[in-house]
Amino acid sequence: MRVTINGKTEEVSGSTVLEILRAKDVSPQMVAVELNSKMLEREELGSALVKDGDAIELLFYLGGGD
Amino acid sequence: MPFLPDSEEQVTRYSRHILLPEVGGKGQQKIGQAKVLIVGAGGLGSPVAFYLAAAGVGMIGLIDSDAVDLSNLQRQIIHQTPDIGRPKVGSAKAKILALNPSVAVETYDRRLTAENALDLIGRYDIVVDGVDSFPAKFLINDACFFARKPLVHGGILRFDGRVFTILPGQSACLRCIFKQPPPPGSVASCQEAGVIGALAGVIGTIQATEVLKLIVGKGRPLTDRLLDYDARETRFREIKVAKNPRCPLCSERPEITRLVDLEPEVCAVRTA
Ligand SMILES: [Zn+2]
Repeated sequence: MRVTINGKTEEVSGSTVLEILRAKDVSPQMVAVELNSKMLEREELGSALVKDGDAIELLFYLGGGD
Repeated sequence: MPFLPDSEEQVTRYSRHILLPEVGGKGQQKIGQAKVLIVGAGGLGSPVAFYLAAAGVGMIGLIDSDAVDLSNLQRQIIHQTPDIGRPKVGSAKAKILALNPSVAVETYDRRLTAENALDLIGRYDIVVDGVDSFPAKFLINDACFFARKPLVHGGILRFDGRVFTILPGQSACLRCIFKQPPPPGSVASCQEAGVIGALAGVIGTIQATEVLKLIVGKGRPLTDRLLDYDARETRFREIKVAKNPRCPLCSERPEITRLVDLEPEVCAVRTA
């Protein structure tokens, strides 16, 4: 399945957002996720189904400033 | 000090602003009356303070409890080699006044805390986030929400930067995206992971531009979208976000109803 992750098209395995995060070795604690521009709650990641052509945004914490 | 349209010095100093239809004499007047609090006089705070001072912002507040360290000078351009050891707010104030003596500068040589945040922020019109830690970033976000002050958030790390403008109650806040800070120690800070120095300039100058737009009330603020900059690839991306009906802070049924100090981060590396 091909999805767009942060603007780049990628071949992914997994049918839910959580499975894709696991495959990419991204901890759900460390990221906010949008599926097709809709923000997902952490509890929804395991049930959010991903289809071919979907767009996922992984928003990582970015904290520095000093 | 307010902009004085009868002063030749002032008209000349701000002529490139006054020429802009979006600013003009009226906009320059607004800039001269504006009060902006910069939290953190470091990497982001340096360019923000310089550009806001150059623009003639009437009053600039600076809060930071640190002293200038040799390792700061690679990116914190408001501080210079002879300033090492000096409180950052005093060092920054001196540079602001040298650049533009008509700016009133208030310095607070301390940390922003749940105790002092609302009082301090309440004295200003707009707040700029230039701090290094997540607990501080969330505290600023929350305090600006309670005080109803616009906030220009910024972040830099390694080769990555981010800017995000928040109009409390109207647009998405930091907690609409990230409900809480990451677990302590899970995300690196600049002092642990490094940062390309010029990145502070890219992000800080965008923050300063956002502040000036808010002051003159022109243009479209960077609300409800994160601007992420990847300096490795020289790529800017805009990520649309929205006010989250389940935000613990700014939604209809908030979990957070007052300011609290968040767990300070445990830093693995401390370069004194
Ligand atoms: Zn919110």
